[in-house]
Amino acid sequence: MKKLFARIYLGLILLLLYAPLIFIAVSSFTESKVLGNWTGFSTKLYSNLFSGTMQGAAGSLMNAVYNTLFIALIAALAATLLGTLAAIGIFYSHGRSKNVTMFLNNIPMVNPDVITGVSLFLLFVFLGISQGYVSVILAHITFCTPYVVLNVLPKLHQMSSNTYEAALDLGATPGQALWKVMIPQLLPGMITGFILSFTMSLDDFAVTFFTRGTVGLETLSTYIYTDARKGGLTPELRPLMTIIFIVVFALLVFINIRQERAAKKKALSK
Amino acid sequence: MAKLSNIIGKRSNWSIPYTVFLILFVALPLILIMAYAFIDESGRFTLANITRFFGDSDALSTFAVSIEIAIENTLICLLLGYPVAWILANNKFNRSGVTIIIFILPMWINALMRTLATADLFNMLGITLGKGTLLFGMVYDYLPFMIYPIYNVLRRMDPSYAEAAQDLGAKPANVFMNVTLPLSMPGITSGIMMVFMPTVSTFAISEFLTNNKIKLFGTIIQENINSSMWNYGAALSFIMLIIIGISTLLTGSGEEEAPAGGGLI
Repeated sequence: MKKLFARIYLGLILLLLYAPLIFIAVSSFTESKVLGNWTGFSTKLYSNLFSGTMQGAAGSLMNAVYNTLFIALIAALAATLLGTLAAIGIFYSHGRSKNVTMFLNNIPMVNPDVITGVSLFLLFVFLGISQGYVSVILAHITFCTPYVVLNVLPKLHQMSSNTYEAALDLGATPGQALWKVMIPQLLPGMITGFILSFTMSLDDFAVTFFTRGTVGLETLSTYIYTDARKGGLTPELRPLMTIIFIVVFALLVFINIRQERAAKKKALSK
Repeated sequence: MAKLSNIIGKRSNWSIPYTVFLILFVALPLILIMAYAFIDESGRFTLANITRFFGDSDALSTFAVSIEIAIENTLICLLLGYPVAWILANNKFNRSGVTIIIFILPMWINALMRTLATADLFNMLGITLGKGTLLFGMVYDYLPFMIYPIYNVLRRMDPSYAEAAQDLGAKPANVFMNVTLPLSMPGITSGIMMVFMPTVSTFAISEFLTNNKIKLFGTIIQENINSSMWNYGAALSFIMLIIIGISTLLTGSGEEEAPAGGGLI
């Protein structure tokens, strides 16, 4: 009885969370320009999307998609590199420098996007850095790296501290010890950090909005914003969002099954 | 060159690039918000930007509405989200650690797109856009951020505390009120932090959900920055920063609930 009640409750909440997504997915299979208008089943929006020629109020949709992916990839790679090095450094340092770094590391996670965006906008104005790709990528690295640090640090805590020294004693150079001994043990945290950074960069609107300048750089989020304000969303956004939803779902299931497996392995080896 | 390799060889030094990065891209920008908030356009010190806010009835009423919506949103998210987290973390109902993904998955889909779809769904159902739809959309956007931290705390909680209370004769309601709820406070706190401040500072989403009828504080900041009123925009951001500071102090740093386990967030 209790179980049934719990199931019904979870079902209702899921319905709330998924109604808009299902709405988008369903209406991606009709040609109507207006969202919510069913004019018969069609896969035309999908073929339009893959032909890659849609133009909306904000320019080319595919261009916005490429920009989004490019920025997310570069930002996530840079954040993973910077964050992993930082986590190792933080793990082995003590006292004030560790506290200062950890304190600053928490700020981008606590700050609302608007504040991060405005503050970085002022920075680029102040330093005279022209705004475009470079400023947006730097801004994305800023809000992504803290999550890499927080995902790599626990792996350092789990790592046996002797293995690195053992590798050095056995004649490995610090570079080899890092690459062959340390990195493999940190890799799960780095991968999680990378995927998180990538998805956060994909989804960002506010920070991009403030740091993209006036050169006409559009990511998916700013494209949707401009499109919606000028009336009428590009219909091809519907199939695009449906595809993104499926990809993200697959990624998240992948991460979690991997983590569950690792946890089970650990439990077994104990 | 021996010196350089010594510096690199010492692993505690490896965080130096990031520390420099943080100072440049996190600390300096925040200092700039404060600096711009207290100067006028010719760069002279002034309090006018701050005092202007207290005479700006548009900004003040937006601020009040934002706080009101944020409180209501946070409460609704807590009331709806806590039971979800509790059920999912309870072994009797759910054994898999993967089910939680289904509940936090929507937050990875573009928020603007989801919001626009929600607004269109309301239009299709013939519901007028206004405060009700705004709250609904906000709850929809932020519910996963409440569920996840509470779930994490409940999942890691040692069930023997609750069992001990039960064995000693406590009723289920008492076990919950006196054992489970207090132990899950860290999750509740970080859930509140993840819902409250972002709601206050939301921009774009509130306009889409209310057909431009209701603005939230983030929009006022954005409008000023975009119309080149940097100093006033910075002053408004500074006021937000103070509120963030106060609420962080009130709720504790929330650090312990950072997703240190390498989880989904």
